[in-house]
Amino acid sequence: MPAKDGRSENGDVGARGEGAVATTPENLAELYQKMVLIRAFEDACQRAFRQGKIGGYLHVYTGEEAVATGFLDAYREGDRVITAYRDHPHALLLGASPGEVMAELYGKRTGLVKGKGGSMHLFDVKRGLMGGYGIVGGHIPVGVGLAYALKYQNTDHIVQLFLGDGAINQGAFHEAANLAGLWGKDEMCPCLFIIENNQYGMGTSVERATAMTDLAAKFDSYAIEHEKVDGMDLLAVLECAHRATERVRESGRPYAVEAITYRIAPHGAADFLEKYRTKEEVEKWRERDPIGMVEKRLLDSGDLDEERIEEIKQEAKREVEEAVRFAEESEEPPAEELYTDVYAGEGEE
Amino acid sequence: MAETKTYREALREAMVHEMDRDESVILMGEDIGVYGGTHLITDGLYDKYGPRRVIDTPISENGFTGAAVGMAMMGMRPVVEMMTWNFSFLAADQIIQNAAKVRYFSGGQVKVPLVIRGPNGGGVQLSAQHTHSLESFYGHFPGLKVVAPVTPNDAKGMMLTAIRDDNCVIFLEAGALYGTKGEVEEGDNAVPFGKARIAREGSDVTLIAYGRQVNLCLRAAETLEEEDGVDAEVIDLRSLRPFDEDAIVESVKKTHRAVAVEEQWRWFGVASEVAAIIQEKAFDYLDAPVERVSGAETPAPYARNLELLAFPSEKEVANAARWALYMEEK
Ligand SMILES: Cc1ncc(C[n+]2csc(CCOP(=O)(O)OP(=O)(O)O)c2C)c(N)n1
Repeated sequence: MPAKDGRSENGDVGARGEGAVATTPENLAELYQKMVLIRAFEDACQRAFRQGKIGGYLHVYTGEEAVATGFLDAYREGDRVITAYRDHPHALLLGASPGEVMAELYGKRTGLVKGKGGSMHLFDVKRGLMGGYGIVGGHIPVGVGLAYALKYQNTDHIVQLFLGDGAINQGAFHEAANLAGLWGKDEMCPCLFIIENNQYGMGTSVERATAMTDLAAKFDSYAIEHEKVDGMDLLAVLECAHRATERVRESGRPYAVEAITYRIAPHGAADFLEKYRTKEEVEKWRERDPIGMVEKRLLDSGDLDEERIEEIKQEAKREVEEAVRFAEESEEPPAEELYTDVYAGEGEE
Repeated sequence: MAETKTYREALREAMVHEMDRDESVILMGEDIGVYGGTHLITDGLYDKYGPRRVIDTPISENGFTGAAVGMAMMGMRPVVEMMTWNFSFLAADQIIQNAAKVRYFSGGQVKVPLVIRGPNGGGVQLSAQHTHSLESFYGHFPGLKVVAPVTPNDAKGMMLTAIRDDNCVIFLEAGALYGTKGEVEEGDNAVPFGKARIAREGSDVTLIAYGRQVNLCLRAAETLEEEDGVDAEVIDLRSLRPFDEDAIVESVKKTHRAVAVEEQWRWFGVASEVAAIIQEKAFDYLDAPVERVSGAETPAPYARNLELLAFPSEKEVANAARWALYMEEK
């Protein structure tokens, strides 16, 4: 349970009892479907990367699906979302089609940002996605500015700001968290910090990267309240996400959640050697695979049967195959695109 | 109508003009509010507009500049003060990696209407870490606009344009000249970017500069006229990105000789760019190699005599003009 002042106690992980969202079986099945689609998408793009069809860097979200799925379930139209380079699921969950996302990874003109950003820079401003960013920690101050603007413009929208455990050691994080805490005093910073603590920044574990490993508690320095959640358990995330987003929306103040999760896939699609962790460790986390856990719950409750589960998996596979086909068949950006979008107000309007 | 005002007052007037016109314009920076601004540019504005529009920030350049990028992406128009441009190295990640590039890598989905302003360069004995000219550093990045007004009238007119621009504008103020006076047009005197100003008409040699070096060139031109009977043209570039190539080329076609002047170091700098453009576009009109006058290749010294040696002087400019005119041997 949260301490009296609402802050998490050290190491306290788990869902809170109060204010639980009523997750209907239909809802849960729908979210399960989304997670299955994300997994299938990530598997497919990783394959395409290894075939040399996707260039650059590619970072997949495998194992972490419950975090983005749970938090973005609490997204309301008009809210804003910002994240780092592990951004495919965020785009998909906000409504971008797998085709548009895949086409971006393929560097095609039909991609989400016309082939100019690739995997690391998915933007879908009309659906609230203010971008994926490639500099670890660099997007955090930007997210805090988005939140200030939402208040300055008299809206009741909030920012969901996703960041990695590695990003928390950057000066940019500490500067931004301080601004958020400061502006929050004046109810001018509706920013929900969501730490996707997947235990590693590339090959460096949290223990080896940060002196004090309770990441949520770092927000104490900035007078920002916080908690931890089991990021492998979709139900726990959902409950936390809905409660936390409403809290930020009503208060105009920042709040932080550290979601404890695990990256089952390698850091980047090009990484094969994993000297920094053992197979046993990965296997241990796999047992708590967020998708498997929801699947089991749905089967146990009888809300879905084996047949329907299989159908869902096949549907996801088909949808992703369709996305790959779309990406492969799309044209490359025309050469003129090289020089567009450098400055606003040129060659447009 | 025009009135005599300081460079400092002209800047403030532009900000007030835009803040009154447009609620989305806000100011941020260290000590710009309650304290009144280190350089007094924003003096009085905190009382006038309140803490939500004149935001005193903590000393965290990367953080608040990044937040300003986020605000700008949402359609606000923040004007960020760097207490001096030297400190912008701490914010360079946000300026270069986000403000300059986000429009491109978002495929044109966002704009960053952001002005970052503050005193640039040296000349007031602040020594190495507080004396730095960042024009070619920022001028290097597509996605940024870089301007450097030198007259009070341009300070106001270009600030109006900067605030209305939908891109990130690096506004390099002539910090050493905040107290200098000049005629400033009343009301909306917006000065377009990318248009150089002929600060002095002449026919024998073109002196090309920006920022406080323009004044140096004007004084050198006087000397050249008095001592050598040489009629020098002085071009104030005003804006380095976009860059008015035509103005330089036209002038060189007339004078056939050119001297490019910059405060910063010579290597990979603005004067090199000017010389290259003249070579590409007016080669056949040149009667002599383009001369360059730049800062000394050292960090800035403190001692007054050394500092004077470290930056271009009126004498160096005049001498370079004489070399370009083959009046003196190098
Ligand atoms: C400033 C910076 N330094 C280093 C890198 C290289 N890099 C890319 S991802 C990464 C690990 C970041 O870890 P974390 O923030 O925990 O995110 P995760 O990859 O675990 O999702 C590193 C070091 C970078 N992109 N930016």
